[in-house]
Amino acid sequence: MRSDEQPPFEAPWQAQAFAMTVHLNECGVFTWSEWADALATERKRSADAGIADAPDQYYLDWLRALEGLLTRRGEAAAEDLTAFREAWVAAYETTPHGHPVHLEKGFEALGKPAPEGARR
Amino acid sequence: MVMTVTRDRPMSHDHDHDHDHSHVPPEPALRVQALESLLTRKGLVDPGALEAIIETYSNDVGPRNGARVVARSWVDPEYRQWLLDDATAAIAHLGYQGRQGEHMVAVENTDRVHNLVVCTLCSCYPWTVLGIPPTWYKSEAYRARAVREPRAVLREFGLDLDDSVDIRLWDSTAEIRYLVIPQRPAGTDDWNEEALADLVTRDAMVGAGRALTPDTAGGDA
Repeated sequence: MRSDEQPPFEAPWQAQAFAMTVHLNECGVFTWSEWADALATERKRSADAGIADAPDQYYLDWLRALEGLLTRRGEAAAEDLTAFREAWVAAYETTPHGHPVHLEKGFEALGKPAPEGARR
Repeated sequence: MVMTVTRDRPMSHDHDHDHDHSHVPPEPALRVQALESLLTRKGLVDPGALEAIIETYSNDVGPRNGARVVARSWVDPEYRQWLLDDATAAIAHLGYQGRQGEHMVAVENTDRVHNLVVCTLCSCYPWTVLGIPPTWYKSEAYRARAVREPRAVLREFGLDLDDSVDIRLWDSTAEIRYLVIPQRPAGTDDWNEEALADLVTRDAMVGAGRALTPDTAGGDA
């Protein structure tokens, strides 16, 4: 059940999701209580669904809680998240190995602009 | 945003041309990237701030902070009293301040009372003094069993408590986080604060262990 000194994160995306949450809380987008409620809800949902509690599951629940909270707040519409995810996939798939991957290229490859309201 | 992608397999010319694109990250990484890039464009997220937060939690914030607090409470009775009366202020005095406005409470182990901390709902934890919680603290098994059978859980951590010792369980929340002050080990009367801090483990400050002793610490502490 224990291992004393382990790295706090097992993958970069976990650290990124963690940092985004801390940052958005500090910027006042949500309170820490609101965040803890959102995370607790997702943790319970996974447990109730009988999903094995692997270390990865914790941050998958964390990510779902963050997406859900921001979507409910109108800060990140579900369709925008889908569009950005698709654009990133297209960007990876059209960028040769060893080159920097740019999101803009993904939107270009898909032949559609970034969603309204999500532009600079 | 610029992602530097490195080659994920040796150069080879005998695979399809189609595969010669950048490696697509796993699903959760893509979702995090989508979220971050969307919020960055909306001006809600500053990628530089994210870097700084990760850096801080990977390097600067960890159980060594809590160990210094505990060691100070072992050598300075006035500080110990302050810590028990107003942990938030006493901990801030040593330079450790919560980022989420949380209230800290310190609880002391004695010959008759052993304190154990859990977060039954999610994973609330005193980051400021202990860093990011370990996997077991976040696990469903620990959260449920610490409440149901704390003695058995402690035994698995190698802590066999006498039946006469009361176990007090503290359920952390977003607002209140607990720090356990373990008992000062015997045979350390002439130790200084810095050497004492090396005896204070993360598990001991959650209540899932005791402080190390001069025998178990090893090294030249």
